[in-house]
Amino acid sequence: MGRYVIRRLLQMIPVFFGATLLIFLMVNVMGDPVSGLCGDRTCDPATTAQLKADFGLDKPVWQQYLTYMGNLFTGDFGKAFNGQQVTELMGTAFPVTARLTLVAIVFEIVLGISLGVLTGLRRGRPVDSGVLILTLVVISVPTFVTGLLLQLLLGVKWGLIKPAVSPAATVDELLVPGLVLASVSLAYVTRLTRTSVAENARADYVRTAVAKGLPRRRIITRHLLRNSLIPVVTFIGTDIGALMGGAIVTERIFNIHGVGYQLYQGIVRQSSQTVVGFVTVLVLVFLVANLIVDLLYAVLDPRIRYA
Amino acid sequence: MRGARHAKWAAVATAVALAATACGGGGSGGGSGDAGVLSASWGDPQNPLEPANTNEVQGGKVLEMIFRGLKRYNPKTGAAEDMLAEKIDTTDSQNFTVTLKDGWTFSNGEKVTAKSFVDAWNYGAHVKNKQKNAPFFAYIEGYDKVHPEEGQATADTMSGLVVKDDKTFTVKLTQKFSTWPETLGYAAFAPLPKVFFDDHDAFLKTPVGNGPYTVKSYDKGSAMSLRKWADYPGDDKAQNEGVDLKVYTDYGTAYTDLTAGNLDLLDDVPAAQLKNVKNDVGGRYLNTPAGIIQTLAFPFYDADWNKPGSEKVRKGLSMAINRDLITDTIFEKTRTPATDWTSPVLGEAGGYQAGLCGAACKYNAAEAKKLVAEGGGIPGGQMKISYNADTGSHKEWVEAVCNSINKALGDNKACVGNPVGTFADYRNQVTQQKLDGPFRAGWQMDYPLIQNFLEPLYATGASSNDGKWSNKEFDRLLKEANAEPDTTKATAKFQEAEKVVAEEMAAIPLWYQNGSAAYSERTSNVALNPFSIPVYNEVKVG
Amino acid sequence: MPEPTTPQNPQGRNPHDEGAISALGGSGGAMDLAVAEGASLEKPPKPGRSGGDRARSLWSDAWHDLRRNPVFLVSGLIIAFLVFISLWPSAIASGDPLACDLAKAQQGSQPGHPFGFNGQGCDVYTRTVYGARASVTVGVCATLGVALLGSLLGGLAGFFGGWFDSLLSRITDVFFAIPVVLGGLVFLSVVPGTTVWPVITFIVLLGWPQIARIARGSVITAKQNDYVQAARALGAGNSRMLLRHITPNAIAPVIVVATIALGTYIALEATLSYLGVGLKAPTVSWGIDISSASGYVRNAPHMLLWPAGALALTVLAFIMLGDAVRDALDPKLR
Repeated sequence: MGRYVIRRLLQMIPVFFGATLLIFLMVNVMGDPVSGLCGDRTCDPATTAQLKADFGLDKPVWQQYLTYMGNLFTGDFGKAFNGQQVTELMGTAFPVTARLTLVAIVFEIVLGISLGVLTGLRRGRPVDSGVLILTLVVISVPTFVTGLLLQLLLGVKWGLIKPAVSPAATVDELLVPGLVLASVSLAYVTRLTRTSVAENARADYVRTAVAKGLPRRRIITRHLLRNSLIPVVTFIGTDIGALMGGAIVTERIFNIHGVGYQLYQGIVRQSSQTVVGFVTVLVLVFLVANLIVDLLYAVLDPRIRYA
Repeated sequence: MRGARHAKWAAVATAVALAATACGGGGSGGGSGDAGVLSASWGDPQNPLEPANTNEVQGGKVLEMIFRGLKRYNPKTGAAEDMLAEKIDTTDSQNFTVTLKDGWTFSNGEKVTAKSFVDAWNYGAHVKNKQKNAPFFAYIEGYDKVHPEEGQATADTMSGLVVKDDKTFTVKLTQKFSTWPETLGYAAFAPLPKVFFDDHDAFLKTPVGNGPYTVKSYDKGSAMSLRKWADYPGDDKAQNEGVDLKVYTDYGTAYTDLTAGNLDLLDDVPAAQLKNVKNDVGGRYLNTPAGIIQTLAFPFYDADWNKPGSEKVRKGLSMAINRDLITDTIFEKTRTPATDWTSPVLGEAGGYQAGLCGAACKYNAAEAKKLVAEGGGIPGGQMKISYNADTGSHKEWVEAVCNSINKALGDNKACVGNPVGTFADYRNQVTQQKLDGPFRAGWQMDYPLIQNFLEPLYATGASSNDGKWSNKEFDRLLKEANAEPDTTKATAKFQEAEKVVAEEMAAIPLWYQNGSAAYSERTSNVALNPFSIPVYNEVKVG
Repeated sequence: MPEPTTPQNPQGRNPHDEGAISALGGSGGAMDLAVAEGASLEKPPKPGRSGGDRARSLWSDAWHDLRRNPVFLVSGLIIAFLVFISLWPSAIASGDPLACDLAKAQQGSQPGHPFGFNGQGCDVYTRTVYGARASVTVGVCATLGVALLGSLLGGLAGFFGGWFDSLLSRITDVFFAIPVVLGGLVFLSVVPGTTVWPVITFIVLLGWPQIARIARGSVITAKQNDYVQAARALGAGNSRMLLRHITPNAIAPVIVVATIALGTYIALEATLSYLGVGLKAPTVSWGIDISSASGYVRNAPHMLLWPAGALALTVLAFIMLGDAVRDALDPKLR
């Protein structure tokens, strides 16, 4: 297993270069960012030239990329257009988003899997239909609306939460945003668990366990669930992307200055330094997350071995 | 229609739930800790906080609090009044002598001298400092040396600026410009303390100025705390103990925070809440004119839009836009239908002329259809109104304008919106003349002068003349107006020039934009200045 | 929602029923799913040359089950209805979705306009009916593309493992990290156009890694089952094992994710439109209407209710379809 992990960690190196290059090119395709800096006015040519030289935008793309990578290895992620260091931005955004993601994942695991087991064992019953209706609501009503309504009800009407999350963004402030963020993924997790549970409930080993007279609780957690979790774990692994980098709407509504928000700002302002920096870190997060998922496969199903 | 009835019930239920939430607003207010300090909404400034580098409202808010220049625009009337200037003399409208008042210092104790201004202006103009407002110094002699069109500067300072003594400096312009002193209230002309030049990074971390507030702490991207400067020498002292600016990721969130009582002052109420704002905040809502006009510009570089008779098409399109309905419905009266190309904040004396546009700005579907047909119809049969999708929620009004035009012309596909993903990309397409149809053009005045609404937008080759409209008669009148030493006569000349714009329909004036704000129960005396920035120093707390 | 002439007796047992649906969907995007599902259900037995009997029985058993499953029939009816209004919206909506009168903006239900008006004063009922075409096409085609590409690549990666798996998995890692906003702004401004196809292509490009990883995980699990090992010991070839033993046992999670993703893709189209790079007027879609109604949910919830309801109905139909297909394929449920 140790060798497997080392091999996987080594694979990160080419992925890292590939991903940064790809993002670098993508931001470049979007065109010249400087013309957006002067409002509804044409920037005067001399200032434009100075700004471009300053950000290295006057050089060919490959040279920009090499310079950027060179700086990266000395820990310099460059500057955003407002003069702020990208490392500084990341330092404030990532911890906040990490907490938000964690809250969302806990919701997905606890709520999603419980509802999934419940509906999987009671297929076709009212509780199953109820959860299905909730699923439909969550999918067809935009997060923006769910978030806004929760904010108005809990924040303004009942005063249970503060509508806007403070810059400190503590975990208790992030509970409601986390739930909103997790809502669509909850639908996936619930239905994935439901399907797996329903499938495996008829498997031989479950029948055997029932025949042996094991307590119901133990059958569900030790036998049924463990064998049903692989698709769920895989899904949550892939979902980290949507949660960490794509929480644009949730972060905006609840005033969370996290990765999604900063990344969005960086993208619309076409600040390649910000975007490449953030995405680079995100790529690393996925590599680690998917490594963990692959390791979990073997924990959940001992028959699976590392090649 | 059983389904429909069910749906109605659902809709009613939702509406009740929502109405219930709406009544919860207007708490006791005030989220910030310190007594007498108000909390106000803010957005992340786009550029570093340097006076000559700030060209948008968010940075402008801070500059308005911590800097005072030679002139200040009266928050109510917009008139340029002497602030640090004792007097600005000229005999020929080209050479000016500026004399400073006594007793002004920066908040760190350093005296504000003639040198503070001259150094600041030279810094702002110099190309190596990459200040985005550098063109504001272009009228000063020697600008072309420190800021050539391309290449390196050949001088360090502008020859037109000379320090005579601590209190006096002279300015020589490259051309006659009688109203030049009145442009000096613009933030780019603020004086700068020594620390700005000696320790630039420290200044950017905690800016130091000579205004009624001092910066207590600045947490980039999330908040800035400003406190009253007790020893402020001016007579516009802060009426409150300080201002805490909070960066919000979204104006809707700031609005919700205000209704929950966690925020005192929100400028720019989000469009979706304009219908509710009066109920939500119990009438503590402002909707006052600001020096902003929205227009539709045309690609005059495109032969299809610039042929004989095209002005009829443009006039016809203008008449096909039901401005009253759109400003009422989409904007909830936070815009006023435009009838000229300036702004009501200038006042009659300042050159604003209601109704100058005449029938061409009044909705008349039949006449519109006739004129467009006479002018040869819309080039290509369909036109796209381009706008940027990332800021300012332009989608709604562009769609409404298109629907209005389509309805008038009786063709549901005559006009469609053309969103462009980012502002930078939009500006690229505009400046590279890639757009082949009308596009949105907003103009926020830099200073309340009619000149500012005409010259940058319609003069040949001007910085914001994106459609590349060019008219010799207009250019001539403009030059004469700038040289005219008598302000009243100059204004009349500018109005003559504006008439040329009207005859040619160089751009379709849409509406004048208001500033809007909502505030908490514990604040009073809240107002917006003509630049739609709250007059923070006059707000009373408690 | 007013339904067209609803067939009273369940025609499920009549083989012409499915044929009729397929014929309906021949040119529209929506029915492609039904056609393709049918195809994927029918095709596999053909390549299995030897021992085709048993293979045929698995897939045709499934088909046999499906035809009798009321869930399948109901979902089939809803989908047929959606296809119908996508092809002939004018059959049930007489108005013009682009005829808007701002004076009526945000007004509620009134005679002749059962769903009221939206923020631009357009008829919500007409727009909801006309929006089906773009939205259903985007949802179904994007889901199909994602599901096929994703499960093919992911399934092969899981089955073969080794360097192919490593390569593919690392590629998916990179794809996950590309922000949708950035991808959308770049891809859709480079490949512009007013049709739904650039949007669909973009969603497929961005969406396949998720299904690929799900499929990979499922195949890795299925590979361990005793009967698969037994089949291998008996000398079964790769393609035979994949089609006969692994696919039926690994497809459930893919179906689940794909059916939910269908709804989220229709919603994603709205996000892209909001960014200014998705579908543009004069195209009408639920996504566009949902996103422009969202801001006004406090004052005019009806503007959101109807297009969102239509989206919910579509998702419901496909979730039911997915459930039915999965049940039919699962030997343990027999």
